[in-house]
Amino acid sequence: MRAEAKLGLALLLTPLLLWLSLLIIIPHINMLFIALRERVAVATYETSPANFLTFFREPLYMWTFVRTALMSVMATVITLVIAFPVSYYIAKIAKGRRKSGLFLLCLVPFWVSELVRTFGWMILLRETGVVSNVLQYLGLVQGPVEMLYNDAAIMVGLVYTSMLFMVVPLVTTMESLDDAVIEAGYDLGGSGPSILREIIIPHATPGIVSGSIVVFMLSLGNYLTPTMLGGKESLWFTELIYSQFIVRFNWELGAAFGFMLLILSSVIVWGMLRLTGQTLEKTMG
Amino acid sequence: MIPTIPQSRFVRRTYNAYIALFFIYLGLPLLVVAVFAFNDGQFPSLPWEGFTLNWFFGAERPMIGVFNERSILSAIGTSVFVGLSVSALSVAVGLSNAFLFNRYQFRGRGIFYVLMLLPLVVPGIVLGISILVFSSTAANAVWDAVKWDIEVLRPGLVLVVLGQFSFITTIATLVISARLQKFDRTLEDAALNLGATRLTAIRTITIPYLSSALIGAFVVAFLMSFENFNTTLMLVGSDAPLTIAMFDRLKEGSTPLLNAVSLLLMVGSSLLALAMLSFQRKD
Amino acid sequence: MIPDLECVDLKKQFGETTAVDSVNFSVPPGSFFSILGPSGCGKTTIMRMIAGFLEPSSGDIQIKGKSVLDVAPNKRPVNMVFQHLALFPMMTIAGNIGYGLRRAGLNKAEIDRKVGDALERIGLPGIGNRKIDELSGGQKQRVAIARCMVLEPDVLLLDEPLGALDLKLREHMKVELKALQTAFDTTFVYITHDQSEALVMSDQIAVMNHGQFEQMGSARDLYYRPETRFVAGFVGDSNRWSGKVERVQGSEVELRTERGMLIRGNSHGRSLAVGDAVDSFVRPEAIVVAGKASDLDQFDTRISGEVSSLLFNGAASRILVRDDQGDEIEVTLPQSGEYASLSRGDAVHIGWSGEQSNCFAAEAS
Repeated sequence: MRAEAKLGLALLLTPLLLWLSLLIIIPHINMLFIALRERVAVATYETSPANFLTFFREPLYMWTFVRTALMSVMATVITLVIAFPVSYYIAKIAKGRRKSGLFLLCLVPFWVSELVRTFGWMILLRETGVVSNVLQYLGLVQGPVEMLYNDAAIMVGLVYTSMLFMVVPLVTTMESLDDAVIEAGYDLGGSGPSILREIIIPHATPGIVSGSIVVFMLSLGNYLTPTMLGGKESLWFTELIYSQFIVRFNWELGAAFGFMLLILSSVIVWGMLRLTGQTLEKTMG
Repeated sequence: MIPTIPQSRFVRRTYNAYIALFFIYLGLPLLVVAVFAFNDGQFPSLPWEGFTLNWFFGAERPMIGVFNERSILSAIGTSVFVGLSVSALSVAVGLSNAFLFNRYQFRGRGIFYVLMLLPLVVPGIVLGISILVFSSTAANAVWDAVKWDIEVLRPGLVLVVLGQFSFITTIATLVISARLQKFDRTLEDAALNLGATRLTAIRTITIPYLSSALIGAFVVAFLMSFENFNTTLMLVGSDAPLTIAMFDRLKEGSTPLLNAVSLLLMVGSSLLALAMLSFQRKD
Repeated sequence: MIPDLECVDLKKQFGETTAVDSVNFSVPPGSFFSILGPSGCGKTTIMRMIAGFLEPSSGDIQIKGKSVLDVAPNKRPVNMVFQHLALFPMMTIAGNIGYGLRRAGLNKAEIDRKVGDALERIGLPGIGNRKIDELSGGQKQRVAIARCMVLEPDVLLLDEPLGALDLKLREHMKVELKALQTAFDTTFVYITHDQSEALVMSDQIAVMNHGQFEQMGSARDLYYRPETRFVAGFVGDSNRWSGKVERVQGSEVELRTERGMLIRGNSHGRSLAVGDAVDSFVRPEAIVVAGKASDLDQFDTRISGEVSSLLFNGAASRILVRDDQGDEIEVTLPQSGEYASLSRGDAVHIGWSGEQSNCFAAEAS
């Protein structure tokens, strides 16, 4: 390599290295060290897996962890099922202005903060909210109904918040499917369901995977939606992390929780990529 | 399934109805937020008490409008400051990364690329606590060694900016890379052939070509910063950005003031996004 | 004999524009039928109506004597080779070829056998498990045809399938397609804008323009006996003169060009009268070159000029001759090579017989 090129490489590599090491890699390693120490006296620490043992021994922590994971998977599946027909419509059926218009409409909720979106659902779902009033007006219920502060409300919020991150990759991959390929499927005797199964879904797999990964990540790491829409009983794992850090000031246990969340998300993302034969570079990059 | 393939009318109608329903679902929460910003009552809920603009311009209790509410205005200012800082930083580093991965073959390139993508799959709250823990560890170490208290390493705006920067840079890198990949490198060669130096060629040919992507990355970074919650929540000090300030208020109970702020946010970010789209459509 | 495919008064309207205007044709079993026309002439519309992806505005499409208008595309006994082939990238080669068989509900053993046979037939045995993108352009072509042929369709439609190939491969595939058609003994309906594809492969060609068939016939008919001005200009190369008729005698015509030259031509039965504006077409190979003017005495049109360009192309070499008026005339050199030493600026004499000059009434613009 010539000297000039070497200099260029060094200059461009520096910001990348600084960013990745100081803000991503070292903080996470440091967090692992903090999680692996136990306070034995004031300002005296020992290395031990005590925090992780606490996590595994305390049923509330484990239960919240599993619940968060399962509900995130569920939110991902529901989002996919709702988004798929819509994405297909935008990608393959709508044409011209209508197509770009509908696509833009899907982006709109993303432009406003998650807080506003959650606030909207609160106005709709609470006891004095719009839905409750409409149901009373229609005579379907007697008296106000509380639809907020339960798991279903969390699910509605999670699906709503993540919708865009499913629609965009799905539309992008399905747009790249040539109409002629679908026509060829028909021409050779295929029917709607068989074409969906053998042609459209296999083609859309990269989009399904990257959309699912992002939606799953967002649901798992969500704090706002479960806090605002969920009830007292419906704990989310991020709420445990927050309370250990900010309320209890037990950073060691909080770091251990954070690490568990990181491991869970990595395992599921990795598993999803392996299962479908995709790579992170291909689905995200 | 596609328009050229005949479908029964029933299937077509059901499908269209589903699409309509979906967009109602998408728009409804935003619509109610917007509508109740004009409710002449203390709560953003039914019954409808009449139309008022007091939640925007009101100056007296109990209806102090957005434009007379100090704490909200200063939170908006904080958010803008954080947003601009994060966007500038992440576009600069993103541009550098894009050139690095697009132009250079070096050992560990593949690993670095995966590392670069990683912030996208780390939950925001984990990013937040890892940076919080690390900066505090560093600050404590400095204090123990030389008894200096390094203020910027304590929760506050600097950490908020760094925390958001840590993952928004990945997005900026991807947006700029996508455009750079489409660039025809023979254009640079042509500039060299016509007497430019390598750097002049990049400055006069490549950067202008990338300008729409740079602006796009800046706007996306700004919007993501503005609406970020999870990472910010863990790193925030006494100056709260808007989302945190609104969250604190929302916990205490909501008034149509929050609707008014939300409506302004919607209008603002939509205008910004539309401006960006129309700019990008030009090329 | 019942034709494999018959279109009766086929019409397709898109809003105000008529894409296909009352087209009638029938294709006998086992033949290679081409529709040749410039882009936008409506040929793709016809093909998509036959395949079932477009509904005709009026008229009928019959396959083996039965109307298929009410038959969905996935049930029609026709299959289509798409312009960009539309092979399924998510499946293997065998997956592609077996796709239609699986839809038809055949059992696995039978599908495997038929796919194996088809691969053998297209000269690609044993590669069924490979991916589509491992194939070359020509091999993809063959797989796309095999994918249709395993279903034994009554008619195979081909939508400019050679368009994406490079020139050399295209030349090769022309021969191969014809051979495949003979081997499968199936009716092919082929659409193209490339006349040489149509001329080489087809038993029958329909030349299409502005939604209508201009002429239908064998390649030879179209080339030597064009019936319309459009066909004369579109099929093969021609020199063209525009002028006014000065004298008509039987089918012999004498016209004066815009630049004042007198040319003899033939109307081949089309009605022309003195004073009509006409276009006269003469093929470059119908013009004879001579060194001396006296060698051309047997021709009724003779011109002297000089060579302005040499267009060397082996046996198909041509020269451009500039006449006194400044018009350039393209002339094919005889294959004997006797004029191989001509160079730019040489004086030459050229001539042709009126029989070789096809005259048509000019367009009324």
